[in-house]
Order: sequence, then C-alpha cells, then structure tokens
Amino acid sequence: MQLINSTDAFLLASEAIELNQSVAKVAYIVAAVMFVLSLAGLSHQTSARRGNLLGIFGMVLAIAATIFGMMMSGYLGMVIAIVPAVIIGAILAARVPMTGMPELVAMLHSFVGLAAVLVGISSFLESGIDVPESEHLIHNIEIFIGVFIGAVTFTGSIFAFLKLRGSISGKPLMLPGRHLLNALLILASIGLGVWFCRVDSSGVDSSGMVPLLIMTGIASFLGIHLVMAIGGADMPVVVSMLNSYSGWAAAAAGFMLKNHLLIVTGALVGSSGAILSYIMCAAMNRSFISVILGGFGGESSGPAAEVDGTVSEFSVQETVDLLDEAQSVVIVPGYGMAVAQAQHSLAEVVRILLDRDKLVRFAIHPVAGRLPGHMNVLLAEANVPYDIVLEMDEINEDMSSTDAILVIGANDIVNPAALEDPNSPIAGMPVIEVWTAATCVVMKRGMATGYAGVDNPLFYKDNTFMLFGDAKQNVDAILNKLRE
Amino acid sequence: MKVGIPKEIHLGECRVAATPETARRLSEKLGFDVIIESGAGVAASFTDALYEGVGCTVVSDAAEIWNTADVVLKVRPPEPSEVEQLRDGQVLIGFLSPAQNETLLKQIAAKGASAIAMEAVPRISRAQKLDALSSMANIAGYRAVVEAASLFGRFFTGQITAAGKVPPAKVLVIGAGVAGLAAIGTARGLGAIVRAFDVRPEVADQVKSMGAEFLMLQFDSDEAGGTSGGYAKTMSKEFIDAEMALFMAQAKEVDIILTTALIPGKPAPTLITKEMVEAMRRGSVVVDLASEQGGNCEVTVPGQVTQHEGVHIIGYTDFASRLAHTSSQLYGSNLYHLLDEIGGKEKFQLDMEDVVLRSCTVVKNGEVTWPPPPVSVSAAAPQKELIAPAEPAAVVEKKFGMFDAALLILGVALLFAIASTRDTGFITDFTVFILACIVGWQVIWNVSAALHTPLMSVTNAISGIIIVGGMVQVGVSDSPAAILGGIAIFVATINIAGGFLVTHRMLKMFRRG
Repeated sequence: MQLINSTDAFLLASEAIELNQSVAKVAYIVAAVMFVLSLAGLSHQTSARRGNLLGIFGMVLAIAATIFGMMMSGYLGMVIAIVPAVIIGAILAARVPMTGMPELVAMLHSFVGLAAVLVGISSFLESGIDVPESEHLIHNIEIFIGVFIGAVTFTGSIFAFLKLRGSISGKPLMLPGRHLLNALLILASIGLGVWFCRVDSSGVDSSGMVPLLIMTGIASFLGIHLVMAIGGADMPVVVSMLNSYSGWAAAAAGFMLKNHLLIVTGALVGSSGAILSYIMCAAMNRSFISVILGGFGGESSGPAAEVDGTVSEFSVQETVDLLDEAQSVVIVPGYGMAVAQAQHSLAEVVRILLDRDKLVRFAIHPVAGRLPGHMNVLLAEANVPYDIVLEMDEINEDMSSTDAILVIGANDIVNPAALEDPNSPIAGMPVIEVWTAATCVVMKRGMATGYAGVDNPLFYKDNTFMLFGDAKQNVDAILNKLRE
Repeated sequence: MKVGIPKEIHLGECRVAATPETARRLSEKLGFDVIIESGAGVAASFTDALYEGVGCTVVSDAAEIWNTADVVLKVRPPEPSEVEQLRDGQVLIGFLSPAQNETLLKQIAAKGASAIAMEAVPRISRAQKLDALSSMANIAGYRAVVEAASLFGRFFTGQITAAGKVPPAKVLVIGAGVAGLAAIGTARGLGAIVRAFDVRPEVADQVKSMGAEFLMLQFDSDEAGGTSGGYAKTMSKEFIDAEMALFMAQAKEVDIILTTALIPGKPAPTLITKEMVEAMRRGSVVVDLASEQGGNCEVTVPGQVTQHEGVHIIGYTDFASRLAHTSSQLYGSNLYHLLDEIGGKEKFQLDMEDVVLRSCTVVKNGEVTWPPPPVSVSAAAPQKELIAPAEPAAVVEKKFGMFDAALLILGVALLFAIASTRDTGFITDFTVFILACIVGWQVIWNVSAALHTPLMSVTNAISGIIIVGGMVQVGVSDSPAAILGGIAIFVATINIAGGFLVTHRMLKMFRRG
C-alpha cells in the first residue's frame, strides 16, 4: 500500500507545468546560485564588490522570473508598491552615517519580519498557489510557524533599533520570572497552533483567523521581551540573531508558498546569522543560550578580586611624546570611538605616524562596537587601509613587542581580569593583551566600568596611563601636536 | 643626582656605556645630571662635543667621576684600580659576570657600594628592554658572520656568471640563542645556505623562521636541553656522542661553522674537535663566539685569529666591541630602561621586592646578594602558561549532558514527524532547505571578519527575496489578501534597495594600503 501511495505522489509531482512556470523555476535556480556566489564573494575584500553585484543580479532575475512565470495578475499593485520603496531604500542607504549602521541593519531586519507576517496572513486568507486538499494541514502549520518567526523578528528588530539609537535604555530589563514568562508565551503559541490547525477552512470569516491573530500578538510581545532583556554590549549577538531569524522567516514563507528560491535564500541568510551569533558568543566566552536569556552581570561564583592601586594620568603632550618615540604602535578601538566619531582624526594620526616610518596597526576585537565588523567599516570609512587592520588573534602575539598601545573607548575587551581572575564575570573571555606592551595609553571619559560592570585592573598597571576626556577632542589635540 | 660614565680602560674595549642619545634621555626623561670622561665615546665615534651638545658635563679625569657620581655606568667589569675608587653608597652598573667573579663582588661589598650586573637581568617579558645580554649577543652574531665573510675566500651567495658557476657557501650555526639567530639571519642575508643545531628542540620554529634548516638529532630520548632560565644545560653522554657524530658529518660538508654554545656559569662545552677542524676543507672558517669561556672549538685561541691545517679559527672575545657604535647605543638604551625601572632621579630606589631588580642587584649597600632566588620562566612559550586561567567556572562544559540528549530526541522526533506527513512536496522542500543550510554554513565560514557588517547588510538585502511571496499574493482575488501582499512587497523592496546600496557604499570604502 505504502509503495503505491508514494508512486502516485511521485506521478502527481512530476505532472507537466506551463512553460513560463518552468522557465521561472529554472531562473530561480540561477538566482539561488548567484546568491551563494554573492556570499562567497564576501570572503575577501578584493572580491566583495563583485559579490554584491552578483546579489543584485540574482535579485533582479528572481523578480523578473516571478513576474513572468508566477504572477497571474496584480501587476499594477506591484508597481505601486515597488517604486516608492526603491526610492525610500535608496535614500536610507545614501544618508545613513557609518556609525548608524547597526540601527539601519536592525530596522531592515524588522521589514523582513513584517513582510513574513503579511505574506503569511495573506496566504491564509487566500493562497496564491494551488494547495491540494491533502496538504492543507501542512500548509496551515507552515503559515503558523512563518507568522510566528516573522512577528518575533519584526518587534524584536524594532526594539533592537530603538535600543541602538538610544531611544530606550540599553540596560537589560529584568522582569521577575522572565524565563517562566517566555516559556508560557511559547506554550500558549503552541496551544493556539493546535487550535488553528483544527479549523480546516480558510478565509477572512474563518474562525482560524482568531488564533492566528492572537498568536501574532503573543509572538510580537515575545520579540520585545527577548530583546529588552539583553544589555547594550550584547547587541552584536542580538543583531546577528535577528539576522538569522529574518532568514528563517523567509524560509518559512518559502515552505508555505512551495517556493524553493525562498527556502534556499532564507536558509542561507539564516545560517549566516547563526554563524555570526556563534562567533560573537565565542568572542565573549559565553554560550548562545546565556546571551539570549539575557540579564548579564553579577552572576560570578565568588567575589571578584578587589582592584586597588594608583592610576597614572597622561597629558596629551605626553601621549604625543610616546608616539614620537615608539617604533611600533597598536591602536585598539572600541564603541567609544564610534560614539565620539573619532575615526577620521584617528586615521589622520595614523597617516602621520606611517609617514614617519613607524609600524602602526589596529587590533580589532570581534565584539568591539555594536555590530559584527563594525569597527572595520568605520575605519574603512576613514580611509584606513584594510591591511593594517588586524583581528585579535592575528595580533595578540605581537603585543609584547609593541612600544605603545592606544586604547580608544574600549574597556572590557582589554580587561586582564578575564585571564587572571577566575571569579571575574568575564573570566575566560579572550581579550586583547594590551598590558604586555611597553606602554599602554587608555583614552576614556572617566573611570566608569564597561558594560560588564567589571572594574578593570588594566588601569592600575604600572605601564598603563589614562588620558581622560572626550575621545574626539583628545585625538584632535594629538593630531594638532603631531602636525607641529 | 649624578650619573657618571668613565672611559672603558680594558684593553681594546671600544664601547661606552652611554651615547649622546641615551645620555640625553637620562637627563631629560629621568632627571639625572650626566658627567662623562673626556674621550669615553671616541672609540665608538662619539666625540666629546656631541655629549656636550646634549647637556653632559665632560670631565678630563676619571677620578672626578668616581668621586662625585652617585651612579657609575660601565661596560666591562671594573679593573682593580677602579674598584679602589668606589665609594660608600655608590651604585655601579655594568657587566660583572657575578658567577665567575665572586672576589670582585666581595671587593665591591667591602667598599659599601651597590652593584647591578646586567647579565643577571631575568629573561621575563617585562625585563626584555633591559636585557643587555641579548642586545650584545645579537650584535655579536651579526659581527661573527661579517668576520667570517672577510676571511672566507668565496662568495656567500651562489652565482652563475659568464665566467662560470659559483656555488653558495654552506654555514652551520651551533646554538640558536639570540647570537645564533642573528648569525643565521645575517648569513641568510648574504645568500648562504644555513643550517642550525640546538639541544633545545623547541627553538626549531625560530630557526626555521629565520630561513635556516634545523638539524634534528637522530636520538631516542626525551631529554630536552632547556632550563628554567631559558638557557641550555649540560647533556648526557649518549646525547653528546650522537651530537659529535652529527658535527663530524657536517664538518666535512660545510664551509663555515659558527659556534655559540654557552652554559651559564660553566666553561663552554667543546663541540668542534681538532679532528673535525682537520676534516674541513682548506679555506673554511670556524668562528667561536664562546671563546671568552674557553671556546667551543678545541683549537681556538681566545682573542686571536689562528689557522689550523688551512682552516681559519676566529677566537675574538670582543665581537660586540667591534661594532662599537651600535652596541653602545643598544647597551646605553638598556641602561636607560634599567634606571627608569629603578625609578629615575625622583624615586631612585633598589627595590628588592621587584623581581627584576632583585635578580640583577648583586651587591646591595655592602652586602653580596648574589645569587638571587630563581625566577622560573621558560624561553619557549612563557606567556600563555603564566596567564592561563585556572578556573573551571567560566569554561563552557563540553560533556554530553541532558540538554544534548533532549536535543537529539527532539531532532529524531522532528524527522519522524516529517516522515509521517507522507507528503512528497513537503519532503522535497525540506531536502532543499537542509542542503541550503549546509551550503550557507560552508560559505559563510569563509567570510573575513572585517566584512561581517557588509555580510549582514547583503544577507539583509537578499532576505528581501520574500518580495517573491508578496508578488505571488498580490495577484489573488481576495482584496484584503492582495493588499497585505502589496504591503509586503513594499517593505521587502525597501530592504532590497537599502541593503544592496548600503553594502555597495561600504565596500567602496575598503581599500588596500
């Protein structure tokens, strides 16, 4: 019986389709390959631009194939929707400052989430494809899951955007029993899912609409709550996680519309976000689960070592003298540099030092900034050549033979307590070992702790000097003195 | 507070303990008054005028320095006449060979003075800038090759000329310490084929990084030659026999042998025997950098260049002095860092709690403080071991626990659920999905970390592919559904246009230096 059944299904699946549909499907294959090549192109700076172009070609091809092969009507509505959106997108892309990239990325994620919710609900009202009666149940499950992921992505991204913009506080929101609350929300969604699947009709009057919409509300709240519980410096993980979700949302839409291009692309994006999240978590020596559950800080197993000692201060002049004398200089930028917009002046300083035949390099910690690779983009914007911008692992060994280190607006990523104090909340996190260099100058606004709330023993080391003040003003002052 | 630099009176010594450059830093940065004996720097090409130009007081008589200076900087150990002039409370800094010169230390102590031996600076990362032994060894390694080249009758580099082919010289360096590595680098720079041998297998990578071949000893033993101080130690008889056989074989083959093998506090081991020298080709050169401690070569005459069966044996004991300009500059710089470590003029104090100062202070206010307690730091890879956290708390558990088991069960259940749908379409979709995840996983790991932000914006743009879903839905007859589809197209398009354009903008900024 089983055998015959599956043979029937096979015959059904291989039934001939219209030529234009067939062409469209083949075009989808080409588009999917182009997307893969596009991501592969990003493996190196030299091929990255070609990668982006391939992505654009793939997208144009996919849209054209859909117009000619998959759409039956609604061309006017499509044009009305596309034209203003392209203009808005172009304006956004042209005007966003590079320091604002995390916000833009978060906002764009929310759009994918929203689109997934809309496509899901629309598809429930009336599916744009033929769904055989036998596949109705699966189709409904696909819609339900797609809308759920889409809604979490949508509201989560909006709140990530607000946090990154500073419209709402970056501090983690710690509701009592928040893990239980999350679990209840998920259980409720599953319950609604069961209800939803038992109603077998579709359409706006269908009673299935009720659980679907309630679940959308619950998922929206879950998205907000998840992001609110995560603190400011974990934002790189949140943004990459939402990146991943937006991919899974697209893949879910692909399942409900039986569209392989959507599935493939969604899976690519989903894996990409998942890998980025993993890299960020590894860079903080924390598990993905613990980041997602949020509320980081104050959970150490014993009292962290007390730090005492004296802090030595440096003036701008002394910093300039140090740079003058040093043969090798390493600069460690952090979020503070982005906030103060100091990258352009800093790039000028680097150019002057390079002209004086010094070895100048940047050391980038994977979680510096609020977005994976954020520091690289800011430095690239300031025309710093990418071959002197190195990753932590590439440069840590050279630290001990470096004459001078400038730490600009970074704290936790250069904290020796991560390696030396097993009770520190950031114990085991890989850090840039700036204290092994001959001299280290830390530019900071004050003695405040970093995001992790951990005191930094680096500031009390004999070879560390603090240069207090606004990063931009101090770098400008250094630049002026160097030019004299 | 006065820092005094007398002229070195040891015969043939050309170095001086401060150059105009380091003297300037001593006075400007550390606040010392610097007095220097007239002509102290002449042998290293530093005239009195240069010292005066940076604010030093030049005095004609060494006695004035010994009488007035609080700190005396020297290169060589003091001669008896100099020890006589030491005063109570004076600090003498220089190479003192404390292990061989116990009587000297006692004489200094008898005068009530303090003494710092530059050889005794411990080999830890923090003290690298004080490590005068390494500075001098580096220079000696360079100079040794230059001396060898001047006696060797052939090119170092191989050449093919119209007049015929010249083979490259083959150089064997024994002992891959600082001097050995410097010699390897210099000989490679001249174009020779270089091999190196060391009893410490952990230096093989350093040797290879300098471009030489590391000779491994065919010997079954896990005897490693490193000690807690990062220097070599004496080896067992079997080991030495195997080593000797290797050297004999090499002696027949190579043109130049450079030996740098020293064991701290002991006479240099004899590595190149008379027979090996006799086995070498005529015109070959042996440079013995250990000749001051008796020499690694049996026929070395310390301090002289000799010939044995047509082979030149260079037994100079003053390679660093033969490059006096640079060695004075580096040594002076080491002394500057030492005085900085002591606290400069303001906080001048021989802090016996400080591990670096404790190690190198061999006489303190009339009391011999040699030998210091050992500082155990290996030469190979000390950094990591020292700071590796000993805590289990922060390490994510890798054991297969309940959580993993639950995940596994969930995964299997999911697969069964999928199988139970008995829906070809869905299973095909799922196949595509899983394969795409794997492709994505493989491709994304290759993305360079510097491009993670562009990666996010590009994946953002392509996740706008959901526009296809909107386009399929916008054509349906049910008007609310079509409108929702239209809005989906709208937001997805913002995503596509914004994502691709901002990526393009970012990537344009990345440029090579």
